[in-house]
Amino acid sequence: MSVLVPRTLQDALQATAANPSAQLIQGGTDLMVEINFNHRKPTDVIALRRVDELKSIQIDTEKSQITIGAGLPYQQMEHGEIARRLPALAQAARTVGSPQIRSAGSIGGNLGTCSPAGDALPVLSALDATVNLQSADASRSVSVHDFMVGVKRNARLPGEIIVSTTLPIVSGWQGYAKVGVRNAMVISVASCCLVVDRINGTIAVALGAVGPTIIRCRETESWLASQVDLKTKTTISPNLLQEFGTRIANESKPIDDHRSTAAYRRHAVCVLARRLLTRANSQ
Amino acid sequence: MSSAIQTSTRRDVLGTSALRPDGAAKVQGRFEFSSDLHAENMLWGATLRSPHPYARIINIDLSAAYKITGVEAIITADDVPGKKTYGLISSDQPVFAQDFVRYVGEPIAAVAADHPETCRRALAAIKVEYEVLTPLTDAELAIQPTTPPIHPDGNVIRRQQIITGDQNLQGEIVVEGTYEIGMQDQAFLGLEAALAIPDSGGKGIEMFVATQWLHEDQKQIAACLDLPNEKVRLTLGGVGGAFGAREDISLQVHCALLALRTSRPIKMQYSREESFYGHVHRHPAKIFIRHHATRTGEIQRIEAKLVFDGGAYASTSSAVLINGVTHIQGPYRCLNATVDGYAVRTNNPPCGAMRGFGVVQACYAHESQMDKLAVACGLSPVEIRLRNAMVTGDKLITGQVVESVAPVARCIRETDAIALPAPLTKTAHPLELVGGSGLTSLPQNIVRGVGWGVSIKNLMYSETFDDFATARCQLKDGVATLKYATVEVGQGFVVLAPQIARSVLGVDEVVLDTVDTGIGSAGSTSASRQTWMSGGAVDGACRLVRQRLFEHVGKKYNIDPLRLVIEDTDIVDMIGDFRISVVEASTGVLIDETFEHHHRPTEELDEKGQGNCHVAFAFVAHRAVVDVDVELGLVKVIQIATAQDVGRVLNPIAALGQIEGGIAQGLGLAVMEEIVLDKGKMRNPSFTDYLLPTALDAPSVVAVMIEEPEPQAPLGAKGIGEPPCISVTPAIAAAIRNATGKELPRVPVRPQDICF
Repeated sequence: MSVLVPRTLQDALQATAANPSAQLIQGGTDLMVEINFNHRKPTDVIALRRVDELKSIQIDTEKSQITIGAGLPYQQMEHGEIARRLPALAQAARTVGSPQIRSAGSIGGNLGTCSPAGDALPVLSALDATVNLQSADASRSVSVHDFMVGVKRNARLPGEIIVSTTLPIVSGWQGYAKVGVRNAMVISVASCCLVVDRINGTIAVALGAVGPTIIRCRETESWLASQVDLKTKTTISPNLLQEFGTRIANESKPIDDHRSTAAYRRHAVCVLARRLLTRANSQ
Repeated sequence: MSSAIQTSTRRDVLGTSALRPDGAAKVQGRFEFSSDLHAENMLWGATLRSPHPYARIINIDLSAAYKITGVEAIITADDVPGKKTYGLISSDQPVFAQDFVRYVGEPIAAVAADHPETCRRALAAIKVEYEVLTPLTDAELAIQPTTPPIHPDGNVIRRQQIITGDQNLQGEIVVEGTYEIGMQDQAFLGLEAALAIPDSGGKGIEMFVATQWLHEDQKQIAACLDLPNEKVRLTLGGVGGAFGAREDISLQVHCALLALRTSRPIKMQYSREESFYGHVHRHPAKIFIRHHATRTGEIQRIEAKLVFDGGAYASTSSAVLINGVTHIQGPYRCLNATVDGYAVRTNNPPCGAMRGFGVVQACYAHESQMDKLAVACGLSPVEIRLRNAMVTGDKLITGQVVESVAPVARCIRETDAIALPAPLTKTAHPLELVGGSGLTSLPQNIVRGVGWGVSIKNLMYSETFDDFATARCQLKDGVATLKYATVEVGQGFVVLAPQIARSVLGVDEVVLDTVDTGIGSAGSTSASRQTWMSGGAVDGACRLVRQRLFEHVGKKYNIDPLRLVIEDTDIVDMIGDFRISVVEASTGVLIDETFEHHHRPTEELDEKGQGNCHVAFAFVAHRAVVDVDVELGLVKVIQIATAQDVGRVLNPIAALGQIEGGIAQGLGLAVMEEIVLDKGKMRNPSFTDYLLPTALDAPSVVAVMIEEPEPQAPLGAKGIGEPPCISVTPAIAAAIRNATGKELPRVPVRPQDICF
């Protein structure tokens, strides 16, 4: 097995151009587990962890957006600027594994693996994030919705590196909640991100671990926008709240596995969505 | 590879919170665990395991594997020179499967090669042809006489009834329930590992291994190798936790066979996943109980049926069953009983020893019943338990009289007196709430519940087993050297033994010799027994040395040795002015004594379950305060209050460590720890999916240690390892019931059990 450890993005891109099928590794919190279990035996590995350009944070106040380097560890999203402007992302970052894992894991890794249980992915989905990819001779930006293709499948092409994601700074409440069987360091049984855009009067709800990929609940979003004025904080009636949760649950497509049951997951996203909507109007 | 330990030289006598001599090294990552062992010129060993829960082996083809460069040996059942099977109580488990595989993970072959990766490739190249059979995975079905046996010894490992008193008594109050306990894993952190070094000439072997009982391993390994015991010399490798999972042999025989075959040192170590397949687990159990009581809540009669799923091989199932049936009454008086217990074979993973050993299952059932009885009688959980609490002198349903100190009522009262935690506030930090970092729950989503659990646990081995312990003490120039085969798995004998020597001998310096089979057996580090048994042996050896020292001093200074006592680090004449330091008195002399401590004999149970089968008992009460998000079914244990009958506290910080650790393990069984099986296959053999409590799950523990010295115990101290993990599980389940109103007859309690 060969392992290349480029120090600059330029070197990394040349390496992927020379060997487009090489396995990319960022923090290794997914890949190393797979290698240890013999589920994957890569012959060539390009390690991106030493590429500092992938750890940048760019805040563009004019465009009201933040571009986060694909290799920025979650630990650095828990506090500071990102937490202030993208609180849902900070909350999702805090739920990732242990401190050691949060010091290694990154959004780039979550996108690369593209598991429906990836903790940051519902936030990216709810915020309509853009995934920025680069190869030696081209770069492109893809909507996160188009990037996530299926269970552990994404739209990255051979030779491309996920360099960053661009997320809008939304004026309004946003939050994230995740159910696991213990109180920390646990893989998601079900998760939910809810973002209210008070300027445009819209809401976005994305669900994790209840389908082959992250689920955006667009029908429920537009239904709610037609029921209440989302430009201001309002009291949502219990009946409306109940229906909101039920509609969210109906948009989920969970399965039974050793971590939980489909019925519980459906119930959990119903409850989480209701609670997040309540928080959006009370906090 | 000597592992002699120089312990602290401070006056760390009995009763002080002496620090472990291995503590700093463990925290700093310098401690050598058995997986860190290494020898020049060594090969790696690895095990081929069955992918099927039940299958007939038609053919094993090793030819392709042998062609791989670097493969030095491949062994199967045909290569076992001695006994083809092993086992703790009955020898029913094949070293390698020969005709049938009976559980997923059963060893079929082992390879030795130059690198772990070569081993992996060799295992992948071994072709085993199976006729896959329908697995028997239902323990109750296994009892049916019409079910075909999956093992030549049959499906029922042991049946034990207890029939005593009035068999027809009907109480004014009758409550009943059927309770289930899932399969818990010991989940120690230090994986199975061993290093085997063959003697030149191949007539013997030296092994460094992480185990719980060196001499039992030695006996079983020697029988399989067809060598005399003394030709199999075992030294303890660094052990990272055990909790019962190292009582059975795992890789020992395989490793030794490969070393003898290749005439080279062999290192074997399991991965985390393999560890789940490679050791026994806690028995899943289904227990029906019916309690008959008076209207005022006095228990009159118990009817119970217990079924323990032993998995494919017997291991310690028969002893686990005995603990289950004999503890089903709990720490409560009861004169009439109709109990029927089974331990059976299935094609599930083998089950055996785990902290609490059969009592955990029984306790979950009887404590769930006590709460039902309380409700039926209109009493509080505390009152119903106090009303029935047993005392010293009470007769158990086995006919055995409780001679141990039995402060059951005091355990309950002192636990009850511990202040409840402050109520949940609206301003609580989010990480302190149910759901923790997941931010699922706000204070308004949370209901707080309180629940109780009280238990009785036998100490040491039962039913005629003489699990004695041996220790040797040498005193020279003021330095005491202790030698024993007592395994340190983390429980703390490594700190207790020098404390005993300092107290008895008045020395400062104590050296702990290598723990190996170069001395008599110490018995297993299990059954809450080493403080009592090996502590008794070290105490006995030190007392013999002290006696000899007094005789020496008496002769030299013309004083009757009977007048001499130890005072701090001096020998003094009780009724005169004579005083000499132990260092000075022992300079130039060597005193060397060995002592065996035996507990009193016990009896087997007869067919009606009568007999003095246990040595002694310890008691504990737990009160759990649990926050529950009822709608999501999520829980967080806030506080465990406990008062434990410890006899005498020999090291307060070590005792508290056992209590807090046991509570965490009992919490795990209550709300998250379970091996999930699907037709005999494990679905979650990893720490990603077999969930252990984290710091955010561990409760605040408020512990009271009740000191009523046990006259039978050499140091007055009862075993304290197991009780903390036993009644905490039902206490937590009861608190969740209290918060939700659900019956919750099964642990672990899962979110869907609460919210649907």
